[in-house]
Amino acid sequence: MLSYILRRLVTVVPTLFVVITVAFFMMRLAPGGPFDSDRALPPEIEKNIKASYDLDKPLVQQYLIYLGRVLKGDFGPSLKIRDFSVNELILEGAPASMQLGLSAIVLAVVFGVSLGTVAALRQNSGIDFSVMSISMIGIAIPNFVMAPLLSLVIGVYLDLLPTSGWGGGAFQYKILPVIALALPQIAYVARLTRGSMVEVLNSNFVRTARAKGLRERLVVVRHSLKAGMMPVVSYLGPATAAVMTGSVVIETIFGVPGIGTYFVNAALNRDYPLVMGVIIVYAVLIMLLNLAVDLAYAVLDPKVRYS
Amino acid sequence: MIHTTAGSDGLAQVEEYEGRSLWQDARARLFRNKAAVVSMVILGVIALMAVFAPLLSPHPYDEIYWDSIQAPPDFAAGFWFGTDGNGRDLFIRTLYGARVSLAVGLLATTVSLLIGVTYGATAGYLGGRIDNLMMRVVDVMYSLPFMFFVILLMVVFGRNIFLIFIALGAVEWLTMARIVRGQTIAVKRKEFFEAALAGGVSSAKIIFRHVIPNVLGPVIVYMTLTIPQVILTESFLSFLGLGVQEPLTSWGVLISEGAKVMEFAPWMLVFPATFLAATLFAFNFIGDGLRDALDPKDR
Repeated sequence: MLSYILRRLVTVVPTLFVVITVAFFMMRLAPGGPFDSDRALPPEIEKNIKASYDLDKPLVQQYLIYLGRVLKGDFGPSLKIRDFSVNELILEGAPASMQLGLSAIVLAVVFGVSLGTVAALRQNSGIDFSVMSISMIGIAIPNFVMAPLLSLVIGVYLDLLPTSGWGGGAFQYKILPVIALALPQIAYVARLTRGSMVEVLNSNFVRTARAKGLRERLVVVRHSLKAGMMPVVSYLGPATAAVMTGSVVIETIFGVPGIGTYFVNAALNRDYPLVMGVIIVYAVLIMLLNLAVDLAYAVLDPKVRYS
Repeated sequence: MIHTTAGSDGLAQVEEYEGRSLWQDARARLFRNKAAVVSMVILGVIALMAVFAPLLSPHPYDEIYWDSIQAPPDFAAGFWFGTDGNGRDLFIRTLYGARVSLAVGLLATTVSLLIGVTYGATAGYLGGRIDNLMMRVVDVMYSLPFMFFVILLMVVFGRNIFLIFIALGAVEWLTMARIVRGQTIAVKRKEFFEAALAGGVSSAKIIFRHVIPNVLGPVIVYMTLTIPQVILTESFLSFLGLGVQEPLTSWGVLISEGAKVMEFAPWMLVFPATFLAATLFAFNFIGDGLRDALDPKDR
């Protein structure tokens, strides 16, 4: 197991290298630069600014300088948000994004699995039908529609929660963005859970467990859920990626000062180091979470062994 | 299929009792699924409306009516869905949005289908070390933050609609490749495959004649589930302001404009959002229906 983890961690390095290289050159192919503005700068000043950020050197040299910096853990200065380094900006924005993402995933698993299990236990009943219909709505209504609707109804009409902002991380500011981010994932997890639980509950080992007189709660929790979780666990990898990209939109709508907001603005403003920094952070996160998912798989499925 | 030839001997009668093929069976089962049939009808209506959009409304999609800016639905003036913030008819714009969204959905899915099926079938068919290498590449690509690259692409090359097709198709082919590879390996264990090999049929011919037709079922199911995903991604990009360019529009653009003014002009959000949701619903139900219909287990 340990050697498997180590081997997986080693593949993170070449993957990151690909990510950095592709993103770096793609960004530089873009027309326009960070210092284009309506008011043209005098050429000498522009030249000086570019020189101070190494932007006047050949592209390949810039790339090598950047790689060297990243190896030392330094993402460089932001070109647009003056006097801040990318490291500082990411450290400032990451907690908000992480909290949103992790809460959404936890909500998705807890509510999705419970709803899906209940639906599977009462298959073809009214409860089953309503859970499945509601989850279909959750899938079909994208979060960028759900988010404004939520903030309109709960924030404006009912005036229960703040419609946007972060409030320094106060709890009531987090509720709406987390819900908007989690809803589609809850819906998806509920459908997956129901599907696999229906199959598991009809399988032989569950019948055996029932036949030997085990209490229903134990049958469901100890025997069925463990087997029924497989598709859910394998979905969690793509789900985390979806939540992370989804949070870009949610952060924009709710005005959350996370790294997703930085990314879109930085890409539009050609703030090269900030774009690169955010991409690298997301790539590392997605890879680590995928590894965690694969390990969880090994814990749940006795047939899967990593060596 | 019934192969009856008039005047032939008793053989014709035997052939009349030939069993139904997998596809006939699946079609019958699909049409018994009410949700899937209703979805197909809804989707058909939306598609027809999109195709014949210019004939359905008295207003052109980019005409600005200065005296009815952000006006609520008005049947007398022919603004069935109201007008947008620039005084353009929302009904016709929603239909033009449908054109873009559906076209992106279909074309990007086709791109992902072509790449995914070829890649997956090749990996599964060749097997061994090449398969290993090809699948490792897929694994690595899975862990790239693709949406960020798509966002970058849009920023870099401008908001070009053809680029959206290709970019989204290039993102969505990974799962398709995995599915096709798995199926291909299953087909390789079948007798007819060995027979073809023993008969000296060329690799390309085996892939196209024997492997691909036999992996079609799961591919079709996954395709119907990819289309809504692509439509959603395009809307997501448009929502961020990276989608198609004015005066063209897509559902994502309309929704993002509507979301900004939903307190004063809720129709601008409600109509495009309803169309988008209905389409996503329909594709998901059809996909579910197809999966049930093609599943050999619960026959």
